[in-house]
Amino acid sequence: MSEETVLYQKRIQIYPRSVKGRFRNLKTGILVLAYAVYFFLPWLRWERPNAPSQAVLYDLPGRHFYIFGLTVQVQDIFWLAGVLIIFAILLFFVTGLAGRVWCGYFCFQTLWTDLYMMIEHWVQGERPARMRLDKGPWNREKLIKRGGTYALWLLVALWTGFTFTAYWIDAPTLLVDMLLGRAPYAAYFTTLFLTATTFVMAGLAREQVCTYMCPYARFQSAMFDHDTLIISYDQKRGEGTNGRAKLGKGLKTHEERQAQGAGDCVDCGYCVQVCPVGIDIRNGLQYQCISCALCIDACDTIMDNLKWPRGLVSYTSEKALQGQKSTLLKPKTIGYGVILTAATAVLAWSIATRSPYTGTVEQIRQPLYTRLSDGGIRNTYEIKLNNKLTAPMVVSIRIEGLPGATLDMDGMEQLELAPQERIKLLARVQIPPVQAGQGSAEHDKVTFVIAPLEGAKSDPVRRQVPFYVPEGGQ
Amino acid sequence: MSDNTQNTQQKPGAVQTTGHAWDGDLQEYNNPLPRWWLWCFYGTAVFAILYWFMYPSWPVGDTWLKGLKVVDYVTVDKATGKEQQKEFRWNTRSQLLEDMGEAADNKQRKDMLIKVQAASFDQIVKDPKMMEFVRSVGKGLFGDNCAACHGRGGQGVVGMYPNLTDDAWLWGGHMDKIQETISQGRRGFMPAFGAVLKPDQLSDVTDYVLTLSGEAKPSEASDRGKEIFQGQIGGCYYCHGADAKGLPSQGSANLTDKIWEIVNIPAMKTPQEKKKAIEEFVAKGVNNTRIMPTWKGRLKDDDIKLLAVYVHQLGGAK
Repeated sequence: MSEETVLYQKRIQIYPRSVKGRFRNLKTGILVLAYAVYFFLPWLRWERPNAPSQAVLYDLPGRHFYIFGLTVQVQDIFWLAGVLIIFAILLFFVTGLAGRVWCGYFCFQTLWTDLYMMIEHWVQGERPARMRLDKGPWNREKLIKRGGTYALWLLVALWTGFTFTAYWIDAPTLLVDMLLGRAPYAAYFTTLFLTATTFVMAGLAREQVCTYMCPYARFQSAMFDHDTLIISYDQKRGEGTNGRAKLGKGLKTHEERQAQGAGDCVDCGYCVQVCPVGIDIRNGLQYQCISCALCIDACDTIMDNLKWPRGLVSYTSEKALQGQKSTLLKPKTIGYGVILTAATAVLAWSIATRSPYTGTVEQIRQPLYTRLSDGGIRNTYEIKLNNKLTAPMVVSIRIEGLPGATLDMDGMEQLELAPQERIKLLARVQIPPVQAGQGSAEHDKVTFVIAPLEGAKSDPVRRQVPFYVPEGGQ
Repeated sequence: MSDNTQNTQQKPGAVQTTGHAWDGDLQEYNNPLPRWWLWCFYGTAVFAILYWFMYPSWPVGDTWLKGLKVVDYVTVDKATGKEQQKEFRWNTRSQLLEDMGEAADNKQRKDMLIKVQAASFDQIVKDPKMMEFVRSVGKGLFGDNCAACHGRGGQGVVGMYPNLTDDAWLWGGHMDKIQETISQGRRGFMPAFGAVLKPDQLSDVTDYVLTLSGEAKPSEASDRGKEIFQGQIGGCYYCHGADAKGLPSQGSANLTDKIWEIVNIPAMKTPQEKKKAIEEFVAKGVNNTRIMPTWKGRLKDDDIKLLAVYVHQLGGAK
């Protein structure tokens, strides 16, 4: 070791050049679509009787998630677990098949960084101009251009933060309240926190997030196999027998180069300049690579200009690079596909068959039973009812399966539930005196039947619960 | 990843090593961290030091550093019964007290309390929402003040404390009466008949009492007992009534039902056992053993009202 060992280094600034091409268009398309959804969804209205009219609203104080026609109750929150499981499997499935598609096209870090780079490009100009500006002294031009960029970034960040907050409170009300300074503290905090993180992550940190912070970036690589689609440089074609060479005297045409043993790579460096994480794809697959495919667009542009075939940098797989055939239908892929389909089907079934209300019955165990003055036995139960609809409903409660038993709920055997009302009721079940020696087997269970009468159509909920009779009825 | 990729152009040595070598040739790659990462690490150290000042942290001898952060909460002084604002260094216990205070200030809860206090008993029992509230708050009040004797579920202890979950009420089962019982307290009393009645009379009365609730069949002895019960010798009917169903104004027991508050008849197997237990009880009577304390002044009137409704629904709300 001649040079001194450096354990920490200054970050190397990246100035990505812009590029045009198929993948750039695809990325821009996804960006526009994703932003359209994210930024406009909170403003979409949805008529609901007796409930907020925002199409997508996560109402935490009211304990309800409104998603278009679906109202998610607290007890249905396990659907969220289902959604997360599906997303996780989807990530495994896609990554095994086509590599870091998530990173390259859909991740919000990629999307916001992309937008911030577009703003930067629009205000400060192309790569050389930005490098010049960065190196140059703090003069008027630099002040205006840098300041303008930051101001625009901040605006985007602020609107991003506000939009996120608007998913949790009625958006129009929130906007007015925030402007008038009377919104809840949490709304300001959330908005400003997201403003700060958006500005820092998308404007300043950028590829550092993917390289040093993001755990997904690291473990996605572990899901690769030899058939996974990767972005790769065609080593054989690009390097030829004598390595890559710039277009120079005697190395202009394809034939001249072939004769000299030079590869098709003209070493223009365009693929390196467009890379948002600052790597050279010709060095092979690297963990920094987010598979954004911009280097493919860059190389294709050069190849088109030279009228040589495209594909020197392309989507391929390790097997294809070695001249073998890639198979996409492998047990791993099929397995992920099956699990993904099953998980989605279960979630869809669970949501489709959700009941308009819930009713649970629990035996009160203290005291376990009460002897009445006529010698009869009483057990008490707590019934929890929840109207999941945004409309009122009438529910009736009766019992069956216990000979001679009567139900006493102080006249609340039939009651109207207000929209989204949750209530706990007390139910007393009593049986006439049980003779000594009479088996307690037929007296050990009672079934509550909770049926909707008005406002909802559904099969009655049946709950079988224990009924306790002391030994021999005594 | 770049290590096992075939088309890598990285030459050996392109990545710097730390300069150490083990076993002759084992070396360690040096991939320098960005400097901002180092600053983040220093930042966490600064955070930790600030935390020590703000929150309870280091042990010092018998005590510990309490931290600068304080919590405000309202507490009721046990001696004077007055609410007072307190300030305490942050810990999970003071945080809990603050949270509890906030819960009591909860608008929904306060509104419901006002609604229940303004409503009549009959209005409360017909309203599912108010009853839900009464059961929720009443459970806490009952647990704090009544459960020590009557049990967590109000089931009482036979021979000691009345069962509040059955449908027999010594002092009347309407909510007005229950409220009165809680406010004023009660004193259960039955004279000792051991000195008044002769042993054979005691035995006859006992036989009669057992026939009242169907524990024994009428016999000559029980007919003699009936005369003592209904006549001037025993005079039992003064308190228990001519029909032996008890008088709520006296707090006397109904002897015709299946409920035994003091002598645990259902737990006894043989008729002899039952008879002996009742004989002993009648001879001894009840004196200064069945006392319900006065709660007026110890509990807020509002709380007593809530408890009256709660106890009423425990016992079947009839």
